Amino acid sequence: MTAPTAPPSASPARAIIDANEAVASVAFRLNEAFAIYPITPSSPMAELVDEWAAAGGTNLWGDVPEVVQMQSEAGVAGALHGILQGGVLTSSFTASQGLLLMIPNLYKIAGELTPFVLHITARTLATHALSIFGDHSDVMACRQTGCALLASNSAQEAQDLAAVAHAATLETRLPFLHFFDGFRTSHEINRIEPLDDATLAALLDEAALQAFRSRRLTPDAPVLRGTAQNPDVFFQAREAANPFYDQAPALIESVMERFASLTGRRYRLFDYEGHPEADRVVVVMGSAAETAAETAAWLNRNGEKTGVLKVRLYRPFVIDRFLDALPATTRSIAVLDRTKEPGAPADPLFLDVAAAFEEAVADGRLEAGARPKLIAGRYGLGSKDFTPAMALAVFRELSRSQPRRRFTIGINDDVSRSSLDYDPAVDLEPADQSRAVFFGLGSDGTVGANKNTIKIIGEETDLHAQGYFVYDSKKAGAVTISHLRFGPRPIRAPYLIREASFLACHHLSFLDRYEVLNYAASGAVFLLNAPGTPDQIWNGLPAEIQDKILKKRLKVFAIDAYKVAREAGLGGRINTIMQTCFFALSGVIPPKRAIEAIKTAIDKTYGRKGQELVRRNFAGVDQALAGLVSISLEGRTCGGNPLPPAVSPDAPDFVRNVTSLMLRGEGDLLPVSAFPVDGTWETGTTRWEKRNLADEIPVWDPDVCIQCNKCVLVCPHAAIRAKYYEPRCLEQAPETFQSTDFRSREQPGLRYTLQVAPEDCTGCTLCVQVCPAKNKAQPRLKAINMEPQPPLRLAERANYAFFLDLPQPDRKTQKPDVKGSQFLTPLFEYSGACAGCGETPYLKLLSQLFGDRSVIANATGCSSIYGGNLPTTPYGKDAFGRGPAWSNSLFEDNAEFGYGLRLAYDRLEASARRQLAGLAPILGDQLVGAILGAAQAGETDIAAQRARIEVLRGRLQGLDTADAARLTLLADHLVRKSVWIVGGDGWAYDIGFGGLDHVFTSGRNVNILVLDTEVYSNTGGQRSKATPMGAIAKFSMAGKDVPKKDLALMAMNYGCVYVARIAFGARDAQTINAFVEAESYPGVSLIIAYSHCIAHGYHLSHGLEQQKLAVDTGYWPLMRFDPRRPASGKPALVMDSPPPKIDLADYTRNELRYTALEKSNPDRARDLREQSRIWIRQRYDAYRALATPPPAAP
Amino acid sequence: MDLATTYLGLPLKHPLMPGASPLVDDLDVVRRLEDAGASAIVMHSLFEEQIVKDELAAAFHRESHEESFAEATSYLPWQEDFALGPDQYLEQIRRLKEAVAIPVIASLNGTRPGGWLDYARLIEKAGADALELNLYLLAMDATESSEEVEQRSLEIVREVTRNVKIPVAVKLSAFYTSLSYFATELDALGVRGLVLFNRFYQPDIDLENLEVKPHLELSTSSELLLRLRWLAILHGRVRASLAVTGGVHTARDAIKAVMCGASAVQMTSALLHHGPGHLAKVLTDLTTWLEVNEYDSLRQMQGSMSLAHCPDPSAFERTNYLRTLQLWKV
Repeated sequence: MTAPTAPPSASPARAIIDANEAVASVAFRLNEAFAIYPITPSSPMAELVDEWAAAGGTNLWGDVPEVVQMQSEAGVAGALHGILQGGVLTSSFTASQGLLLMIPNLYKIAGELTPFVLHITARTLATHALSIFGDHSDVMACRQTGCALLASNSAQEAQDLAAVAHAATLETRLPFLHFFDGFRTSHEINRIEPLDDATLAALLDEAALQAFRSRRLTPDAPVLRGTAQNPDVFFQAREAANPFYDQAPALIESVMERFASLTGRRYRLFDYEGHPEADRVVVVMGSAAETAAETAAWLNRNGEKTGVLKVRLYRPFVIDRFLDALPATTRSIAVLDRTKEPGAPADPLFLDVAAAFEEAVADGRLEAGARPKLIAGRYGLGSKDFTPAMALAVFRELSRSQPRRRFTIGINDDVSRSSLDYDPAVDLEPADQSRAVFFGLGSDGTVGANKNTIKIIGEETDLHAQGYFVYDSKKAGAVTISHLRFGPRPIRAPYLIREASFLACHHLSFLDRYEVLNYAASGAVFLLNAPGTPDQIWNGLPAEIQDKILKKRLKVFAIDAYKVAREAGLGGRINTIMQTCFFALSGVIPPKRAIEAIKTAIDKTYGRKGQELVRRNFAGVDQALAGLVSISLEGRTCGGNPLPPAVSPDAPDFVRNVTSLMLRGEGDLLPVSAFPVDGTWETGTTRWEKRNLADEIPVWDPDVCIQCNKCVLVCPHAAIRAKYYEPRCLEQAPETFQSTDFRSREQPGLRYTLQVAPEDCTGCTLCVQVCPAKNKAQPRLKAINMEPQPPLRLAERANYAFFLDLPQPDRKTQKPDVKGSQFLTPLFEYSGACAGCGETPYLKLLSQLFGDRSVIANATGCSSIYGGNLPTTPYGKDAFGRGPAWSNSLFEDNAEFGYGLRLAYDRLEASARRQLAGLAPILGDQLVGAILGAAQAGETDIAAQRARIEVLRGRLQGLDTADAARLTLLADHLVRKSVWIVGGDGWAYDIGFGGLDHVFTSGRNVNILVLDTEVYSNTGGQRSKATPMGAIAKFSMAGKDVPKKDLALMAMNYGCVYVARIAFGARDAQTINAFVEAESYPGVSLIIAYSHCIAHGYHLSHGLEQQKLAVDTGYWPLMRFDPRRPASGKPALVMDSPPPKIDLADYTRNELRYTALEKSNPDRARDLREQSRIWIRQRYDAYRALATPPPAAP
Repeated sequence: MDLATTYLGLPLKHPLMPGASPLVDDLDVVRRLEDAGASAIVMHSLFEEQIVKDELAAAFHRESHEESFAEATSYLPWQEDFALGPDQYLEQIRRLKEAVAIPVIASLNGTRPGGWLDYARLIEKAGADALELNLYLLAMDATESSEEVEQRSLEIVREVTRNVKIPVAVKLSAFYTSLSYFATELDALGVRGLVLFNRFYQPDIDLENLEVKPHLELSTSSELLLRLRWLAILHGRVRASLAVTGGVHTARDAIKAVMCGASAVQMTSALLHHGPGHLAKVLTDLTTWLEVNEYDSLRQMQGSMSLAHCPDPSAFERTNYLRTLQLWKV
């Protein structure tokens, strides 16, 4: 359950929140305007200020801040610069690539000495791979911009230093980049003391604010900024700002002192924590400082002298203050950087520290001989956990007489030998702290309940509480791991729990798939959600699990939470049930009190919306304890079956040795040598990952089936497939394998099978929804019907394996229609996209039609995550080893990236053709002529060309010349390559539109597929310019009041771009037509594909019906614009759907994104719907005019 | 002519009012009904299923994808003032109360006790003058006896009457083994009115697509006869005032119902068919009939043809069956 967000002005004595919320609350109250753009992990801050503003929340001056969304972070930075020049306080939130896009403006803003704070959830920059997780590579890329860099290490600090930054920026005139660790700090829930409005007001210097205002650009007192300067003066003018940097540290210190006097919490530019006479010191920024400080404290308690110097103000780097903060006794220092600067003498923080000592010696402040030994360590890239064990290893290294001058910590670098060894078993966590780990399914509400548990404990008791949540990279069947700590003292443990005193497994299958029990401390309580009696549960556990339970002497409890939830009418939401069991077993607070608090929370969450959910959740809570049973270990033995392997023994070595560890959640154990050096990975790996997500799978009834293959087309996961084949192929068929006569006049006598991949199906039911065939005796049944998976799993697994081995129908003979296309091998299979995803059927179709000769440039977003997020990729290869080659460059540059690939292939093809022509006398004029003149229009042509290339290769083999070698390498480029530029609407309509628009005019043969979900789906449903009028979305809480951008019309406007608007759920034949036409068009093609999405707010099993309604209401008119058509006297535009025939409301009333507005603001909803109706009608009329043939000449 | 009547304890200037239907969703239509002389407005039903499903669906669609994926812990914005479908109903009550001067009777429809009953309280709070509780029930569960079905219904009524102060009417179907007994049970629970009877939607079959299609046939005057009999039987036996619904299309239909004991006459199909103005015509015809037939007031004829007062009670009883059969000539 999601707790409603408290308005930011409410400031109770304590709050249980994460850093994002804490910082957003401060920023909201201290600013007048925000320009925002979503990027992980900073998006929640932008969402919160947007929500608060929409709810009428006010800043310190009683105004509702203006919140505007821009098309990119570059746009945000420009808008911020303008707002600032207009004399209005503004702020924003970003990370990673978003921060990079702002850098040009940061130079400007700093160069103009403009007060401003940007809050950054420090996140990894994409290099060999993208990572949404935390390190300092983004902020380190800004250290030369002239902005102040201020680091916070925890939620409390992030809140406090956010306030300090906003106050200090006004006084110093330096813009501030205030940063804290992405995810580890931004998303960690902890108890903090909130800042009230009075404190914030007292912190601000009114005179400095007035001074800022007075510098605004205004025609009433005109000035000029942003001049161009010549060599005579630029340099001097650039140096003119130096005094501001010189005086900034003292001003910041004075703000920190003021803050201390107001709150009692004192911060300094550098804070030292540890032994006053430490001989060894770690210098570090960010959350790792907490871990290091706790480790130093432990060492000091054990008689050692260690300490940690936390860098708060990294820029300007104040050498004096740095040296002041260090104990004079320091003999050796390890500087830890959470970034990597390849090729540099060392990473940046180290170089600053080294320079500080060099300066100190040069200034005579330090004797050269007293200079501490400095070593440089790199840790924590991409949110790699930094634990006390690692910190301990660093202190130990400092103790050595010859410590390693450069090292890494936290990995096993068996290639460069950079890593320090550490003992992962080290556990320095205090004994008076409770630790609990929960394995949950994303959809069962475990994380929400745990957040609630933390709130209950934090608010009901004096205990401190901390929560951190590890999420899956898959969207369907996602697993979550919650790490909760409770204790009497503040919890400074920004790292994952290793040994929990309470471990819960909310789904039995996790025991097979993950090393769940590794998290259990000896003697821990282990709560399992499983059906059956204690004996049945025990006997059903794998032997390895039984063994671990016995060895760790766990106290085992079980509950059939699904049964309790079902009976209470809660479906699969077992969260409150498991939460109740946690409180009953953990003893953190008395169960009775906990249950009351849970019920209060339930009432708070659901009560306003009606009593039914409250009643059902109460029933779940009340029944939970009755269903809880203890499983005594008395007399138990390990008689269970062995654990199934993570991947099939048939998998390639890499998959078995590397991928399988990632799949089991043990990727941390892999050494550097296991990995490719340049981010290049094999495709076709989802096939080795059998996730068994579906409770029910489709079962085929051959007697009813009409063999239309529509189910195969719509399956988002390629988990239902069709083949036809010779009857003799069935000789070795498994007993339950089904087949029927193939309905084909052209190919009589063959058999047909529709087969489900039982372990890859997600149970989304789209296939059943689309099936047009009904059982005449029982019309409730169709040709495919959902049935429980477990009893079918083994037989269907064998059937599917047999099916895959059946010969694939010949590509050359397939018609380009729904049925024919679905006999082509899908080269996009079993993705981790949401069950019932509306995007993936298009990609699967693309892969079937052209996958064996396509290259995909994929914009960052959902499609890059389910397409390319480790551990596995759904892009596969055919029997000849061909398949889509795939790459993701960035979010903003995808059109240009794909365009570049096209340029490359055109060059390679031209080169190959030239070389081929040159070698014609040797290779044979006939062969060369046939290759050069090949039409390559369809599959038959392509196959013929490939056969010619094989002959060519054979002939080239006999030649020992440089030309022949060059041609051998490039011969494949004589077969037409299909370049696909794929991305979502956030890319195409917003951040990437400039590049996309440019590519439209290029005339190059690229195919652009826009998977239009009408929001930024991957980051959580923020508004894009594709969002329809009248729909709510994040950043558009009040409902979007302008129509969706007509990207199709914009592209058509050029006249040279093939454009199609499609919706496979409405007209599948038109979809296929569009793909085939687009690919055949020898210029730029654009396909805008309706993609239903979970962000629309309805069950995706209705996605196809909604697509039909979108088309029938005229909201999504189907069309194809082919610039080739006018040559035959026809209009380029063809409308593939009739005028609006049903009312728009018939479509919108089924989706929460529309109905939410209907309910929160019915008048506005009605008004926007009416405007949409008019827009739909006008747009259709305009299209119809374009699609009407010109009158015949008289 | 004095047409005054009292229904649910509410003094009404005459018994004619629109029955529960979506007709009253539109404020303009409601104003036209008032202009046509309607003595009260019965709102269309708020369904148990609608309340529960709206609540569950909003929670499901919002929560089922929350907290699953690192980049997006939710997919729809949190709306503090997000209202569910039923809340619109409450808003409609407020609007109706502002728009018209006549009493507004809200309607709640369900078959099982549960959280949805909380809406009775909210309906009262929203300003409704009375509540019509529609026990629309298709008893399809072979394991549930008629007594259990009735007890369940009574439990709902008990829950509602306990929680609201406004008068509560219960709209019944004709399909009870002992309707008289059940009516007295309801009477004992403090129900102030009984509405006779619900009309069941009767789905049709789509032969081409092999689907069951929801279907609504407007009533005809012939359906009134069943209601007349039960009005006549119940009149005087229960304290609750009686309303008729189903089959009233003309003033003569209305007169018959009132004579059999109806204090209120609800019209739906006729208004859907002829428009809101039809109510004025029926009212005029009713007045004229009373005048022509020299009645002093409507009260004078109220219940005059009930089982207790009619000249030949046996006509309403089993003997009527025999007589009708005998009259039937092939």
